[in-house]
Amino acid sequence: MLAWVLHRITGVAVLLFLFAHIVETSMLGLGPDAYNRTLELYRQPWFKPLEFLLVAAVLYHAGNGIMVMILDFWPAATRVYRRIFWIGAGAYVLVLLPVAYLMLGKVVGLR
Amino acid sequence: MSARWHPRAVRPAGGLPLVLWFYMRLSAVAMLGLVVGHLYIMHVVTSTDVIDFQFVAQRFRGPFWRAYDLLILVFALSHGLIGLRGILDDYVHHRGWRVAAEIALWIVGAAFAGLGALVLFTVQFPPGT
Repeated sequence: MLAWVLHRITGVAVLLFLFAHIVETSMLGLGPDAYNRTLELYRQPWFKPLEFLLVAAVLYHAGNGIMVMILDFWPAATRVYRRIFWIGAGAYVLVLLPVAYLMLGKVVGLR
Repeated sequence: MSARWHPRAVRPAGGLPLVLWFYMRLSAVAMLGLVVGHLYIMHVVTSTDVIDFQFVAQRFRGPFWRAYDLLILVFALSHGLIGLRGILDDYVHHRGWRVAAEIALWIVGAAFAGLGALVLFTVQFPPGT
């Protein structure tokens, strides 16, 4: 149930970012000044944690989506659902740690 | 289990719901590589601190990255809009409001698709950038 709620929340959040991303990218058509000024948003210190959350949300949505497809196309997997869930959760954390280091390391002064 | 996990995860019997059910999975598999690659290149390896007009001008010089981004645009936007349509179905119970919400969803979706595609197909960069 929690997995499903998170799937919806991350899905809507990523879609809202996609809308903003399309508008931001369309500033390319107005020339270098307009585009670079728009991208200032990404350079704000407060934006960095949100950008990391975006990547974390996409990766969660992708991982949980793989899980849904495993259960869809291989019904026998329901018997080992718990084990697949924990393997997936472990893989998610293992991937997110280096991503957090690379994306937030500079912000918190680690690199 | 998948039925208990999520009512919508049950495969529909047929018709448009079944087509959309397959499309959500097809676009998901396509995006696994496309979007993870995009995030890795544009958000993890390259800091967004160094992305600017110049960077995109280099990137969009040839057709490869334009086509790559167009594929993501089509898959991500359609996948997201169909997903949001499912959420509207669940929470908007009055039939009239649901139809109105869905029409609004497709108008907004078409506008964003048009704007995104317009940029990818037409944006030109001044010489020297």
